[in-house]
Amino acid sequence: MRSVNFLTIMAIAGCMAYMSCKPSAGNDAVSGDAAAKAYVPPGKYDELYNFVSGGFSGQTSVYGLPSGRLLRVIPVFSVDPEKGYGYSEETKAMLNTSHGFVPWDDLHHMELSQTNGEIDGRWLFGNANNTPRVARIDLKTFRTAEIIELPNSAGNHSSPFITENTEYVVAGTRFSVPIGDNTDVPISSYKQNFKGTISFISVDKNTGRMNIAFQLETPGVNFDLSHAGKGPSHGWFFFSCYNSEQANTLLEVNASQRDKDFILAVNWKKAEEYLAQGKGKKKQVRYARNHYDESTHTAVSEILTEVTMLDPKELKDICYLIPCPKSPHGCDVDPTGEYIVGSGKLAALIPVFSFTKMQQAIANKDFEGEYEGLPVLKYESVLHGEVQKPGLGPLHTEFDGNGYAYTSFFISSEIVKWSIKDLKVVDRVPTYYSIGHLCVPGGDTKKPYGKYVIAYNKITKDRYLPTGPELAQSAQLYDITGDKMQLILDFPTIGEPHYAQAVPADLISKNSVKFYNINENKHPYVAMGEKEAKVVREGNKVHVYATAIRSHFAPDNIEGIKLGDEVYFHITNLEQDWDIPHGFAVKGANNAELLIMPGETQTLKWVPEKAGVYPFYCTDFCSALHQEMSGYIRVSPRGSNVELTYSLGKTESESTQPNN
Amino acid sequence: MYMKKLFFACIIALVAYACSDSGTKTEGSNDDASTSSTSGTPGYDTARGTGKFTNVEVSPTLDKAMADAGEKVYDIKCASCHKLSDEKLVGPGWKGVTQRHRPEWIMNFVTNVDEMLQQDPKAQAMLEICLVRMPNQNLTDDEARNVYEFMRKNDGVN
Repeated sequence: MRSVNFLTIMAIAGCMAYMSCKPSAGNDAVSGDAAAKAYVPPGKYDELYNFVSGGFSGQTSVYGLPSGRLLRVIPVFSVDPEKGYGYSEETKAMLNTSHGFVPWDDLHHMELSQTNGEIDGRWLFGNANNTPRVARIDLKTFRTAEIIELPNSAGNHSSPFITENTEYVVAGTRFSVPIGDNTDVPISSYKQNFKGTISFISVDKNTGRMNIAFQLETPGVNFDLSHAGKGPSHGWFFFSCYNSEQANTLLEVNASQRDKDFILAVNWKKAEEYLAQGKGKKKQVRYARNHYDESTHTAVSEILTEVTMLDPKELKDICYLIPCPKSPHGCDVDPTGEYIVGSGKLAALIPVFSFTKMQQAIANKDFEGEYEGLPVLKYESVLHGEVQKPGLGPLHTEFDGNGYAYTSFFISSEIVKWSIKDLKVVDRVPTYYSIGHLCVPGGDTKKPYGKYVIAYNKITKDRYLPTGPELAQSAQLYDITGDKMQLILDFPTIGEPHYAQAVPADLISKNSVKFYNINENKHPYVAMGEKEAKVVREGNKVHVYATAIRSHFAPDNIEGIKLGDEVYFHITNLEQDWDIPHGFAVKGANNAELLIMPGETQTLKWVPEKAGVYPFYCTDFCSALHQEMSGYIRVSPRGSNVELTYSLGKTESESTQPNN
Repeated sequence: MYMKKLFFACIIALVAYACSDSGTKTEGSNDDASTSSTSGTPGYDTARGTGKFTNVEVSPTLDKAMADAGEKVYDIKCASCHKLSDEKLVGPGWKGVTQRHRPEWIMNFVTNVDEMLQQDPKAQAMLEICLVRMPNQNLTDDEARNVYEFMRKNDGVN
């Protein structure tokens, strides 16, 4: 009997191992009405926007749900030649950092701004993991409005989670590094010299402008994910961390030694008090803050040189450590704000902590000791309970507002629904394959919208037609309105999605900008109508003030450019109607195209390298005469006596005098 | 017999409902196929066109301030395609436009372009000549009126 049991266990373990590494052929498990539930008829709108991180694409993708239709890719941390993002003179500054222009990053998590713990539809935040930054996207325009770099940081992973009124966006270091004046130290001196930091970035409630309010210096561990308290726990923030072993090599093994790592509980209201009392220390640093000004249609980058650091080892009552089993990853707070769910990615249980119990344990100084100068609370004193045998490798948890939690399990490749109150598993569904993050609309807020859970999977394998070695990452949509979760749709995604958020569409669609008002265009090189179209030489810089309207550029014949000149095409789109962008490209430019929205001015820099005549044209089909929307620019050798002239509509019989 | 009537009534109601639903059009959609259809709508006012302007008061003399404001709008939003002479550029030249059309028609066309191109016979006839749909430049009511005054000035009203 014993041997039979042993064999069964081995067989199950074998299946799981097989599934996680080399998934078996897709089990459909789709019932009859799935198509109807995901179907959005042509011309009809989706119920929800789904903002999905693009992972190593550096961008954010926007899907409609329940259809899974891709609506938009918003460039954030990576250049996007299609949109001219990072190529136009106006947008280059958005990607400026203390390391100079950085054209790529790894965007992991999305967080929608909240008011009173509910999504308010104003902004969307994203984090750059590689060169630590936080971006704010304006949901009126679906454009990146601001990017702030984080000094004293590396691997900005536990970010950009927010407090319930968007008072702060946080950023915690996944990679501890030496900080301060001497950073050139042996890697093996990790325990002595490496530190983590947690940044609290304040967000102006009217403009959204970001500013690093303070940083906490922490032990040199790896902060992974985080979520703010809400309701009764508003004023606290919770960060999971691993590598409490403080390994600096072969982390796969060396950072998995201890039975428990930690969730760091931060009393940020207390930190604010200390800050107000002047307990912070000013640190000299360098970091960039870039902001896109919508009236000038131009990004402005500034380098800032100071942050205020608080030391929780000295300021004792800001930080407390909660032991959490097996390298915790997800750190999620339920809608009531009472329960904190830690997910040990190597664990076979889910611990759920109680905020009330934590407060009591702190009051009673119920500590099991200290770690690097911070008090460690007793596990049992803070624990609400454990979900037993939920699956293997819990990662992240979202909530439906009806007392249930949905946890993703990477190793056993499934979503498990469990009851927060009694910690009982009530349902489970497989995902295809090896789910990472998951999203319930509004699932980390005080008032989840519920209705669906979306799985963002790490492995795709056989879910779609093969496309060579590289595959789109798969996502799956499940209906959660019944007792049983029901798979209703597969949809491919861009990059590698990590966290995503979803929100009822009308909260955002009603504010969507349709075009920029030309009368409010304050671009320094705007041409307010064809009357102002002109070409101006300033030394070796030639500024072309051009206009675009269906379907011609003004001017469209330009002569007198000389080798050695830098030509700046400032194109103003004079259209004032929705969905009439014009594009601009010139032959041989070592650059991208421009896409200019109605009422906007954008600039393409072009440095011609050979004499000749170069065509330029509109790249965005705009009318029946779009093919005609083109022009020529003549480049002559250095020292040539060809006069600078420009015109529109002049024929051979007329002179090549400037347009009037 | 009664059941049969009820059944028919239900069918008719259903059909009517289905038709009304499928007849819904998204605002602002550019259905190119329909632009060539002529307006057969009974009672359609071809002189004034369709839009919010049904009666525009025009003084015999020019309101210079309005005309000047209209010229500023013309420079930014109209001049790319319309000359002030009678020469066609992308769209028709403006010389004589106030004699060819009533003020209501002009202001409706300027502010309600898509619907006019879909319904109005004179607008459709011009589209067949120019082959570029006039952009909706989102003029306010006041801007449209000022532009009309500038057109009058261009046509010699003092």
